[in-house]
Amino acid sequence: MIGYIARRLGQAVFILIGISLVTYVLVYLIPADPVRQIAGRSATPETVESIRRQLGLDLPLWQQYLRYLGDLLQGDLGRSYIQKTEVATLIASRLPATLELMAGAILLELLIGLSAGIYAASRRGRPADRAIMVASFAAVSAPQFVVGILLLYVFAVQLGWFPIGGYGTLWHLVLPALTLGLLGGGWYARMMRSAMIEVLRQDYIVTARAKGAGRFRILFVHALRNAALPVVAMVGLDIGIFMSGAVVVESVYGWPGIGQLAWQAIQRVDIPIIVGVTIVAAVAIVLGNLLADLVAPFIDPRIKFRR
Amino acid sequence: MSLLEVRGLTVAFRSEGRFLRVVEAVDLDLEEGRILGLVGESGCGKSVTARSLMRLLPEPPARIEGGSIRFAGNDILALDEAAMRRLRGDRLAMIFQEPMTSLNPTWTVGFQIEEALKLHTDLPAAARRERSLELLRRVGIGAPERRLRQYPFELSGGLRQRVMIAMALACGPDLLIADEPTTALDVTVQAQILELLARLREELGMAILLITHDLGVVAEFCDEVAVMYAGRIVEHGRVADLFARPRHPYTNGLLASTPRLRGRRGRLPTIPGSVPPPDRRPPGCPFAPRCQRVLERCRSAMPGLAGDDGHLAACWNPVR
Ligand SMILES: Nc1ncnc2c1ncn2[C@@H]1O[C@H](COP(=O)(O)OP(=O)(O)O)[C@@H](O)[C@H]1O
Ligand code: SF4
Ligand SMILES: [Mg+2]
Repeated sequence: MIGYIARRLGQAVFILIGISLVTYVLVYLIPADPVRQIAGRSATPETVESIRRQLGLDLPLWQQYLRYLGDLLQGDLGRSYIQKTEVATLIASRLPATLELMAGAILLELLIGLSAGIYAASRRGRPADRAIMVASFAAVSAPQFVVGILLLYVFAVQLGWFPIGGYGTLWHLVLPALTLGLLGGGWYARMMRSAMIEVLRQDYIVTARAKGAGRFRILFVHALRNAALPVVAMVGLDIGIFMSGAVVVESVYGWPGIGQLAWQAIQRVDIPIIVGVTIVAAVAIVLGNLLADLVAPFIDPRIKFRR
Repeated sequence: MSLLEVRGLTVAFRSEGRFLRVVEAVDLDLEEGRILGLVGESGCGKSVTARSLMRLLPEPPARIEGGSIRFAGNDILALDEAAMRRLRGDRLAMIFQEPMTSLNPTWTVGFQIEEALKLHTDLPAAARRERSLELLRRVGIGAPERRLRQYPFELSGGLRQRVMIAMALACGPDLLIADEPTTALDVTVQAQILELLARLREELGMAILLITHDLGVVAEFCDEVAVMYAGRIVEHGRVADLFARPRHPYTNGLLASTPRLRGRRGRLPTIPGSVPPPDRRPPGCPFAPRCQRVLERCRSAMPGLAGDDGHLAACWNPVR
């Protein structure tokens, strides 16, 4: 297993180089000039040129990229054009908030999505099933900011149960995590329902009933494990998605996560931060995937680690 | 009194807004320790009948429209779900046609065998394990300690069916329903599994309802036989009587077109024409469109099971 993990991480290095290249080129193609942003409108052409030279932006693209890649391979993500701080430091400072929101969101997604999906599957075609399907459809199609603002208004402004925004205690986490949990939970519910319905049709479910197993046992002992693989894969994906930040929810709740960092960087054409966040997110996607692949054999014994 | 007594069992399936009867007025009797063969072409309602006995049909779309099932003093169709669960896997057990898909792929053989013991007894874990080992030995599985830890995908079809049998026997059932237990297996394995079932019947004294579409299997392993056609029992009797003197033209046709019965295994021999599907069954005798002895009344009125000395046929113009 150690060998397997090492091999996967080795492959990941190549994926990351590819992603850094694509991001770098894409950002370069943006018709906004980072130097103008830094220097300000009133700067003289001489100042602009000297800044450009300082940042190495006067070099051809391929030289810029190779220089960046060289630093990257030594673990250096460069410095922010605007704040002059190390990008790695900036990202690290946002990491606790991002990880906390990620954990809360995934936990609530699973809690909401799986229970709704399992219940709907066990009540297939009945009113409860239809209600859950309608609700989950609403959840997957609702815009994040609408749900975010709604929860904020009702539970923070009106009822005063939770702080209106900010970061710090577990209470601060509840509403932003719930917003993401409700919306993501819709996807999980739909996926869980269809996986469970497929499993509940299988012959071995009849065998279990013939043995005298009850409804609860059928669902949670015999069916759930067989329906769990797509869920594990999706959690792996979510780890990557949430790592690049939940931009909208972070803005609504003033949550100091990576999403806000990236958003500000995009507005100011702060290329090192944009590329840095993209690379960190890519690392998270690779790790999330690897994690899902490592968990899969424990859920389904037919799956072995591929050599 | 019989262990199992089925009277007038009628089952319908909902299809495109209406209910179609797929099993109609079925009577069955089975005494303790006997093997009853239920034989008929594919689609005639054998599995639906078997699953009704354990109340395992999906309702909806299935609906039991009438009849009664008495099993060891229980009125099966009147039991609530909790009482039914107590019978399933304990006194009434079932094995299926597809051993490859009938075991849960994510649990070990040991877990799945012990489960019935967990559900129906209060044996401690060590005793359950002991009993599982004994069951595996009993169904002829070597190295049982290792097998308990294996997953179904690591076993061959024949071994899986043995595991299914061990599982079904866990609580010492009075009746084992075996729904085409060998149809999906290789010929040599088929014989082994059937011989195992016959031996277990001797050793444990349980009754078996053996569903098959193979008359050779019936001749070799069953005490009694019920022949099913288009959802109905058309002939019922002791194997020796029925094979020597078939009375229903359908049975007669089957036997006549089976040149060498004993030891021959295969699909039911064909009779010209085909079985009418549930939505196109004629009024009167369902066999009438294919019957050479058909009379005028056959097309309008359904004959009831009649006969003497336990050999019954549903026919207006029986062969004998
Ligand atoms: N789940 C179901 N839904 C609708 N019809 C069914 C279902 N199961 C069985 N039937 C119908 O019941 C009839 C008898 O099926 P079955 O008992 O499986 O036959 P067999 O004798 O081959 O075991 C068939 O015509 C089949 O179409
Ligand atoms: S009742 Fe008539 S049609 Fe049916 S099997 Fe007997 S003779 Fe043939
Ligand atoms: Mg069948």
